[in-house]
Amino acid sequence: MLVTHSLPSDRVEELLSSIGADQACQMLERMQVIRYFEEKAEELYALGKIHGTMHLSIGQEATAVGASSAVRSGYDYLLNHHRGHGHCLAWGSDVNRTMAEFMGKEAGYCRGRGGSMHIADVERNNLGANGIVAGGVPIAPGVGLSIKLRGTDQVCLVIFGDGASNEGAFHEALNLASIWNLPVIFLCENNQYGMSMSIQRAANIERISLRAVAYGVPGETVDGNDLLAVYDAVGRAAAHARAGSGPTLIESVTYRWRGHSKSDRQAYRTRDEVKEWQAKDPIPRFARCLIEAGMLSEAEFEAVQQRAAQQIEAAVAFSDASPEPDVSTILEGVYA
Amino acid sequence: MYGGAFGVSAGLYDQFGAERVRDTPISEAAIAGACLGAALTGMRPIGEIQFMDFVTLSMEQLVLQASKVRFMFGGKASAPFVLRMPGGSGTGAAAQHSQSLENWFVHVPGLKVVMPSSAYDAKGLLLASIDDDNPVIFVEHKLLYKTKGHVPAEMYRIPLSQSHIVRQGRDVTVVATSIMVQRALAAADELAPEGIEIEIVDPRTLSPLDEEPIVESVIKTGRVLVVHEAVITGGFGGEIVSRIASSAAFDYLDAPVRRLAGRHMPIPYNRTLEYHTVPQVENIVEEARRLAQGVY
Ligand SMILES: Cc1ncc(C[n+]2csc(CCOP(=O)(O)OP(=O)(O)O)c2C)c(N)n1
Ligand SMILES: [Mg+2]
Repeated sequence: MLVTHSLPSDRVEELLSSIGADQACQMLERMQVIRYFEEKAEELYALGKIHGTMHLSIGQEATAVGASSAVRSGYDYLLNHHRGHGHCLAWGSDVNRTMAEFMGKEAGYCRGRGGSMHIADVERNNLGANGIVAGGVPIAPGVGLSIKLRGTDQVCLVIFGDGASNEGAFHEALNLASIWNLPVIFLCENNQYGMSMSIQRAANIERISLRAVAYGVPGETVDGNDLLAVYDAVGRAAAHARAGSGPTLIESVTYRWRGHSKSDRQAYRTRDEVKEWQAKDPIPRFARCLIEAGMLSEAEFEAVQQRAAQQIEAAVAFSDASPEPDVSTILEGVYA
Repeated sequence: MYGGAFGVSAGLYDQFGAERVRDTPISEAAIAGACLGAALTGMRPIGEIQFMDFVTLSMEQLVLQASKVRFMFGGKASAPFVLRMPGGSGTGAAAQHSQSLENWFVHVPGLKVVMPSSAYDAKGLLLASIDDDNPVIFVEHKLLYKTKGHVPAEMYRIPLSQSHIVRQGRDVTVVATSIMVQRALAAADELAPEGIEIEIVDPRTLSPLDEEPIVESVIKTGRVLVVHEAVITGGFGGEIVSRIASSAAFDYLDAPVRRLAGRHMPIPYNRTLEYHTVPQVENIVEEARRLAQGVY
């Protein structure tokens, strides 16, 4: 198994003091919101309330929140992928409208037309999740070029899976962003599997970040269950991009706790392996880190969890109350 | 290991082993290219694309390479492979996992395009496709995976390019593909008590098309409705209609030739919108009834 190094303690201190207690607690809360959102999604699915499929990111919350917090979400751009509920929420998008989209309602971000795999919050520069593996990756150099031509100091964060790094589109995009020196952060969320296929079987290299070498860009692998490690790496990549020094490839090593989608018997891995990773739960891990730093108490952690749970209950109530899309509007949005 | 997104290859790995049944990385261009390369050198590979939509990533290998090698090489090479792919809507999989893109392939000489509409046909057509010396695009509708039908144990073949009269009727010819054959059968059951008998023709192989049974049926009924799930604009229905219009059946037409197909729009996620995007049984009933009664 891939070994990732933990951040040195002085770096942890440095990062925490620059983040500050308030924002750190908000980051913790966002992870908790994502966890509860996904658990609720699973529950709604089991109740037969969801038509379609879903891909849950339980266990991967630190990558989503660490990355989004390290850029200026809403000002910078985001492109993400099918396992994207968490990325959208981490980006600071509205929980109610995200839930409503998942439930196919008119009040959802995409008016119920897009659904779980296509949630976009275009007003806040979230250019959308993608149902196509690596589908968002080649869009990123285009966004980067636009930033460059417009002369802003924005960056584009593009998140994709380990499996996506075997699509040609990934390689073409990384090369293009490199030769044009574009402000793009390629974040590979390596949750170790693309459906049933482990990354060890799908690629003959130890680290996906090594692929950066082939395109002449910096590459690094971080512990994706350590919020601060992800925050640190993405933050440095963003500074690099804003300074006009071009793209970075970051591999964030984490683990998908649930099956690939709704129908996955998970014959390809052992229960022990899943349990081993569940013991590395990123949420209590970050909470412990904050408690040790004196930024959070046990009681405050409980309050964070309660607030997160309330947001999810409110989101379900909001979505239940939102109308179904009206069939007479079915053709709206096909053309401008 | 997964047995495919819909379990169509379940058990094959255990039965035939890792040499012959291979998981691939998520690399559709390489999947299609590897099928072609192996086919050119003595194998008869069967590839699977998890959802038909993703075949867009294989297009270069299929459209520019596989379809052309035989002709470009003076008839000396052949590429006998089958690429299976589930298409169609109805599962809430939304715009990028629900399309019916078969007509893109119909437009490419050198590819064969097969679309079974029942369990029995699926087996017979698949075996015939494997035997065939051309690249065959084999399109399966996701909702048909849930249908049941009698399938004999023996290895029977259904020849490619043979249209099939699925149901006899005197009043209206319904030319339907894939899941629409099942919906047309349900529509026929609803119309029969009203005294309207529809004849259902399933081309089964879209390309090369066996036109004769369609023409003969229209000569018999004088009225025709073409039904498919794919978007109406540029869909296979246009091909059928123009074949009828330029055939001997033209003189026998008693009504305008009608098409019923997917709306000109992406497939929505929401269940109700999705339902109203493609033809349903009630739409076929209504259209066929109008044709039979002469109101259109
Ligand atoms: C081009 C394409 N091929 C196949 C699929 C089917 N599919 C959806 S998700 C997935 C696995 C993706 O793995 P990875 O990139 O590691 O992301 P993860 O699901 O692990 O988050 C596959 C094969 C797809 N959506 N798009
Ligand atoms: Mg993965």
